[in-house]
Amino acid sequence: MERKVVFPQKLLPYLLLAPQIAITLVFFFWPAGQAIWMSTLLQDPLGFSVQFVGLENFQAVLQDPAYLATMQRTFLFSFGVTALSMIPALLLAVMADRVVRGATAYKTILVVPYAIAPAVAGALWLFLFQPSIGTIAYPLRLIGIDWNPRIDGTDAMIVVLIASAWKQIGYNFLFFLAGLQSIPKSLIEAAAIDGAREIRRFWTIVFPLLSPTTFFLLVVNLTYAFFDTFGVIHAVTQGGPGKSTEVLIYKAWYDGLIAQDLGRSSAQAVILMFIVIGLTVIQFRYIERKVHY
Amino acid sequence: MAELSLSRVRKVYPGGVEAVKDIDIAIPDGALCVLVGPSGCGKSTLLRMIAGLETITEGDCRIGAGRVNDLDPSDRDIAMVFQNYALYPHMTVYDNMAYGLRNRGTPKDEIEARVQEAARILEISPFLDRKPRALSGGQRQRVAMGRAIVRKPQVFLFDEPLSNLDAKLRIQMRVEIKKLQRALGVTSVYVTHDQLEAMTLADILVVMSKGHVEQQGSPLDLYEKPASTFVASFIGAPPMNLIPVGAGENGPQATGLTGGRGLAVPAGGATLGVRPEHLMVVAGPVPDDALGITFPVSAVEAVGAETFVYGPIGGSGQEIIARLPGKALLAPGTPVSVAATAEHLHLFDSQTGKRLGP
Repeated sequence: MERKVVFPQKLLPYLLLAPQIAITLVFFFWPAGQAIWMSTLLQDPLGFSVQFVGLENFQAVLQDPAYLATMQRTFLFSFGVTALSMIPALLLAVMADRVVRGATAYKTILVVPYAIAPAVAGALWLFLFQPSIGTIAYPLRLIGIDWNPRIDGTDAMIVVLIASAWKQIGYNFLFFLAGLQSIPKSLIEAAAIDGAREIRRFWTIVFPLLSPTTFFLLVVNLTYAFFDTFGVIHAVTQGGPGKSTEVLIYKAWYDGLIAQDLGRSSAQAVILMFIVIGLTVIQFRYIERKVHY
Repeated sequence: MAELSLSRVRKVYPGGVEAVKDIDIAIPDGALCVLVGPSGCGKSTLLRMIAGLETITEGDCRIGAGRVNDLDPSDRDIAMVFQNYALYPHMTVYDNMAYGLRNRGTPKDEIEARVQEAARILEISPFLDRKPRALSGGQRQRVAMGRAIVRKPQVFLFDEPLSNLDAKLRIQMRVEIKKLQRALGVTSVYVTHDQLEAMTLADILVVMSKGHVEQQGSPLDLYEKPASTFVASFIGAPPMNLIPVGAGENGPQATGLTGGRGLAVPAGGATLGVRPEHLMVVAGPVPDDALGITFPVSAVEAVGAETFVYGPIGGSGQEIIARLPGKALLAPGTPVSVAATAEHLHLFDSQTGKRLGP
């Protein structure tokens, strides 16, 4: 057994932890507590009357077909973004891992999208798919595909998906590349001598050994898709056309700040919080056990 | 089973570094060839070239009748044991050994039979369901061996397989590798930097230095007739004493040295070599053709069965070592006279280090 080193100081560890704890308390626990408190209240839009209603907000939200449709859409969207950002990232990482010359240049270029603000990324893709002049939409129309995210909900969803995933590819790429580079070369060589060709080597050796990285990215990307895609959606479609690209986080914001229904908006935020907590618990409880070797 | 031959093999890295220079080695079917040399001598590069993990810049590598230069490692029908074992950490011991067979489409029941057989030979049957991380170093080593033998390849390649084991286990595994290689009769190439491992394992010993072969032959040939001062000091422990000598009337000339008549020292001087174990304590004069050395004892190491005696000789102050049987009762500071008979003396060129005479 490993022996733990015990330091005698009592105060220092807390002092060192204090900044992080303060940030967590102020920016996470306080708002989360506020949201939970507000989700039990009914307020009028002007804030003149506040009434405690218990779980009625939750009841109302969960019985709303529009909300349930949004939830279904959000799951589809989140898993879509995760797949669409992780698969190309893995592919790119595998390619970049083989590059010897100019590796740094490749890495830098591939990571740039991550540094772009969500709204800017959204605007970029909005231009590309702009029905009349968009760089991608125009040739698509020439070959007979009438791509119009302003009218067609599915088209809009695809644009938002691509834009959200694209932004995350650089991040995933970096982790996958680091994961690939931490696999000992001798394992790959041993597999080559053992008669496995490139593709078989990838699926039987490299991919299983990458599983801790893949698992970590799965958690990060799902969380990203649930929460951080607000900027992209807001810039590209504002949840439209209709409600076809409205996801939970967008709906919570819309109902609270635009529709001024703070109680139900908070209830949605709380539900969203529990969904993500639930997903993360499931991932760590059941999947993580299988990925560590 | 097959013979392995390398002819005029070279490796030049991009940038012009020549790691392996013009190497010719022929290993008969079933023989164990050991490549030995200091780190950076190109021995591992050469092994990796045979494995197909490094390209061969020039020359031919043949396994059996076929030239394998352009074959993928997977098509060369070889098995390799890596220094760090390179076991697949996510697979059980069984799967580690079965992997190569599965890749080649061996039928399931034959895989089962071969893995069980290999596990029995290597005494790892109880661990077949374990993952490598749950094994000790010695057990991992056995699994790595098992992975190589289940394949029944044409050639085994060993890349310093014992260097991660502790001293006792290393000796034990060394003996086992030798027995196993004999029993299976598979042509093998073994890379090590440990001269004792090299001496005990090799049928053919190849001493490498700076990318070229210094000498190759049977281990005892190399011990008895080293072709250069490099081989002389690399093979044998403690290493051969190398003493610079001048040309005298009756043989070598150096302070503290007597006799040695019959050694043809060139006018410019030479390097005289004599192994520590060939020096005996003498009282009185030594015969003319034998070599006598008198030096003050500076240190004595008694290890039980033998005693190492150190001391500086003559004007050069160079340290020499004598390996004396039993317990030699010598006190530091007292002079001692030792002698070696004529057949145990070696002469090397003082510039090139090459052996002079037979």
